[in-house]
Amino acid sequence: MDKPFAITLDPGSSLANKTGSWRTMRPVYVDRLPPCNAQCPAGEDIQGWLYHAESGDYETAWRQLVRDNPFPAIMGRVCYHTCESVCNRGKLDEPVGINSVERFLGDEAITRGWRFEPPAADSGKRVLVVGAGPSGMSAAYHLRRLGHRVTVYEAGPLMGGMMRFGIPQYRLPRDVLDAEMQRIVDLGAEVRLNSKVKRIEEMMAEFDAAFLAVGAHIGKRAFIPAKDGSRILDAVSVLRSMEGEEKPMLGRRVVVYGGGNTAIDVARTARRLGATEAIIVYRRTREKMPAHDFEVEEALQEGVMVKWLSTIKQQGADGDAGALTIEKMELDEKGFPQPTGEFETLEADSLVLALGQDVDLSLLDGVPGLELKDGVVQVDPATMMAGRAGLFAGGDMVPAERNVTVAVGHGKKAARHIDAWLRGTRYAPPPKHELASFERLNTWYYSDAPKTMRPQLDLARRTGSFDEVQGGLTEDNALFEARRCLSCGNCFECDNCYGVCPDNAVIKLGPGQRFQFNYDYCKGCGICVAECPCGAIEMVAEEV
Amino acid sequence: MNASIKFYQTGTFTVGNRLLSPEQRSVQASLERSNAINSGHRACQGCGEALGARYAVDAAMRAVNGQLIAANATGCLEVFSTPYPETSWQLPWIHSLFGNAAAVGTGIAAALKVKGRQDVRVIAQGGDGGTTDIGFGCLSGMFERNDDVLYLCYDNEAYMNTGVQRSSATPHAARTNTTMPVGPEPGAPFGQGKKLPLIAMAHEIPYVATATVADLHDLENKVERAMSMHGARYLHVLVPCPLGWGADSADTIKLARLARETGIFPVLEAERGEVTAVSKIRRRIPVEEYLRLQKRFAHLFGKPGHPEMVAAIQAEADRNICRFKLLDKTEAV
Ligand SMILES: Cc1cc2nc3c(=O)[nH]c(=O)nc-3n(C[C@H](O)[C@H](O)[C@H](O)COP(=O)(O)OP(=O)(O)OC[C@H]3O[C@@H](n4cnc5c(N)ncnc54)[C@H](O)[C@@H]3O)c2cc1C
Ligand SMILES: Cc1ncc(C[n+]2csc(CCOP(=O)(O)OP(=O)(O)O)c2C)c(N)n1
Ligand code: SF4
Ligand SMILES: [Mg+2]
Repeated sequence: MDKPFAITLDPGSSLANKTGSWRTMRPVYVDRLPPCNAQCPAGEDIQGWLYHAESGDYETAWRQLVRDNPFPAIMGRVCYHTCESVCNRGKLDEPVGINSVERFLGDEAITRGWRFEPPAADSGKRVLVVGAGPSGMSAAYHLRRLGHRVTVYEAGPLMGGMMRFGIPQYRLPRDVLDAEMQRIVDLGAEVRLNSKVKRIEEMMAEFDAAFLAVGAHIGKRAFIPAKDGSRILDAVSVLRSMEGEEKPMLGRRVVVYGGGNTAIDVARTARRLGATEAIIVYRRTREKMPAHDFEVEEALQEGVMVKWLSTIKQQGADGDAGALTIEKMELDEKGFPQPTGEFETLEADSLVLALGQDVDLSLLDGVPGLELKDGVVQVDPATMMAGRAGLFAGGDMVPAERNVTVAVGHGKKAARHIDAWLRGTRYAPPPKHELASFERLNTWYYSDAPKTMRPQLDLARRTGSFDEVQGGLTEDNALFEARRCLSCGNCFECDNCYGVCPDNAVIKLGPGQRFQFNYDYCKGCGICVAECPCGAIEMVAEEV
Repeated sequence: MNASIKFYQTGTFTVGNRLLSPEQRSVQASLERSNAINSGHRACQGCGEALGARYAVDAAMRAVNGQLIAANATGCLEVFSTPYPETSWQLPWIHSLFGNAAAVGTGIAAALKVKGRQDVRVIAQGGDGGTTDIGFGCLSGMFERNDDVLYLCYDNEAYMNTGVQRSSATPHAARTNTTMPVGPEPGAPFGQGKKLPLIAMAHEIPYVATATVADLHDLENKVERAMSMHGARYLHVLVPCPLGWGADSADTIKLARLARETGIFPVLEAERGEVTAVSKIRRRIPVEEYLRLQKRFAHLFGKPGHPEMVAAIQAEADRNICRFKLLDKTEAV
């Protein structure tokens, strides 16, 4: 025996003692659904792309983003970003500026010339897309990526739909729109401009499936008794003519009737065209206005005026072609506007109606099995397929909220179901993870960091030009903003579990590989679950 | 990248951070940490002492390139880690008596000096009982002679290893098996006990600090600072004990955090008897939130309860906040 004095046994390691057998509950790693992702109408993996942006890897972030939405630069300007209103960080200080980071990524991609990865192998299937708006182009993009041949028929002279012929340039510069549209053409989608589809049924024979996204372009009218010579225009036509050679003649005093975002856009456009007064007449109050408040605010800053609680009864009273008779309204208990019998007169060189849009459904004549209701096409909300087999539809022409993001989401969803339909299968979306609610987070671990504001163009330049109002973030700011993300419900490799386990029962697998439990030694104390900042570990009962 | 950017990944409170350079990350985040106490030890689920000791010793190991010897007093830490012939320790480790770890540390340091081994450093460690009570004489001697030892006290606020008896570090009103919650003044009596960090400071030794298992970065920095110095150094670490405190095993770190955020356990640093830094309270909370999570204080709540004792504990926390300036200037005390 060559052991030291009084020693008879070798020292053994405690590793022989498998303390995991004490456990009644076991921790398991989970991924939970961040509220932003759950909210996004285009189904973006927001937390996922922010994760890459956080490390300054903007290209990977952009690639992660465009898996769901090919238009980051557009979204970063026109998306109403409801993700931010549900962002968990909002309960700590302020929501993450998701929209501004998205714009930064989109702009980076344009500056650096990033292109989409080439499509999957050719499927040999041909799909028709009608309408080169956000919904149609989103579908074209996703179908191309899946390897289908896509032909887009577009009635107008340029791509973009309402994003070009509705949304004004000061909110969406056309070079940005062009760049993101062209990238889809570069992916191999064939786009035929100035090609209106008159009868869809006649074209179905040439294609294996079709996706319709013709939007809603017919301005709604209101009956207003008017004298000859009075100028009544509709908002969509005014905005559309902004894209042509001849700018609309609106005069110096412009009255806009309506309370949606379109009304705001027309009034702001009128100011830029030189109107000294642009007055919105709206039946209800500011709180009830369908337009987003930030847009109302920007319009007011630019000198747009609003007559709340007012309707237009008549144009051309007392032989004066420019006189509008306005009736004051008041809200009843239910919040509906009621006439008061009080009148006033408003002088206007032109009256623009911004009362919403209807869908031109004439191309659907003769299609069997279709259901039309409330002026829109009914589709199966799970698949976007209309009553006729192989015919899918989305965007403004189907029952849903009307905005770009919803339209893009419809395009993606339809593409996946068209793909499955062409293969004779059904697309089953992956099961949704449980929501990463605020209560699941351990917010102690996040330091305080207020939101970064985007710069805005000077007021003087705003009303005098169509330059973009909202600026972008600098790289520093974008990085800061991305890093404010709490990574709700998804491991961001903070090493907390690895550090806090009193039994060293967490195995660190290295960068990007996350962690693993060593159940030989995990006693099931639950500290890792309690101290995980983002709620990505769960305790489950051990089977006995 | 802008170094002044401060938020979760870089101004982080988490153990690690994928965006920091490796040398800026905590020892515990590293794959190379020494895991001074290996898996398979027999500490209870959620043991704060096992955690605190690994945090501290791993940091010391990194600070001295693994050239470290530990003396360890009798107590849970020794018993759960080393039931002969098994041990969890992955460094030279000597079990002393319950009351003489400081003296054994002194002896090892003296022997190394004689052998001319300046590269090998010494720590001595023990529980609050072994430190504040029975080991106090040896410890005070080690301080007074300025022996080259870092003494680590893992304070779980009672004699846990022998079944939860009161020590002089047991908080007022807490139930232990020797301070039962009966009579007009249930639990550990007010007006007794001692604050060892302050007594250590009174020896004017090079370095005294307190820390908790809730703030790893702070704890590691303090160990590193201590190991960069020579002479007698003392680090007092609050380590919640789920069993002895009657707390949920998952709440160990949370309790340590609350102890700091209430002001009950001031986290500070002192050199040669002068306080040099304190950890400010980030989100101040009343002591009740801390006490309610622990069954050892259960008799303070419910009917009839002892609101006057809760108020007295709050007053102790408030006194700490004033005395050690635990709040930022902007916040009123
Ligand atoms: C003034 C205004 C401002 C808006 N601002 C915003 C905003 O800031 N954010 C937001 O999210 N949403 C906004 N919207 C709503 C948004 O523009 C629409 O919801 C969205 O564009 C709908 O997309 P879509 O693809 O369904 O249709 P559209 O964008 O309308 O595109 C349909 C396309 O189909 C073409 N087409 C029509 N019929 C045929 C046919 N028979 N054959 C071939 N082609 C045809 C059209 O020419 C058009 O290009 C705004 C709308 C307006 C009017
Ligand atoms: C001289 C002597 N008295 C009593 C004991 C019994 N004993 C062993 S550990 C212990 C209590 C340890 O308490 P503490 O130092 O606080 O460490 P903990 O177990 O709480 O970590 C006691 C009383 C002993 N080992 N030696
Ligand atoms: S903090 Fe990040 S993951 Fe959580 S909701 Fe906000 S953006 Fe999404
Ligand atoms: Mg103790």
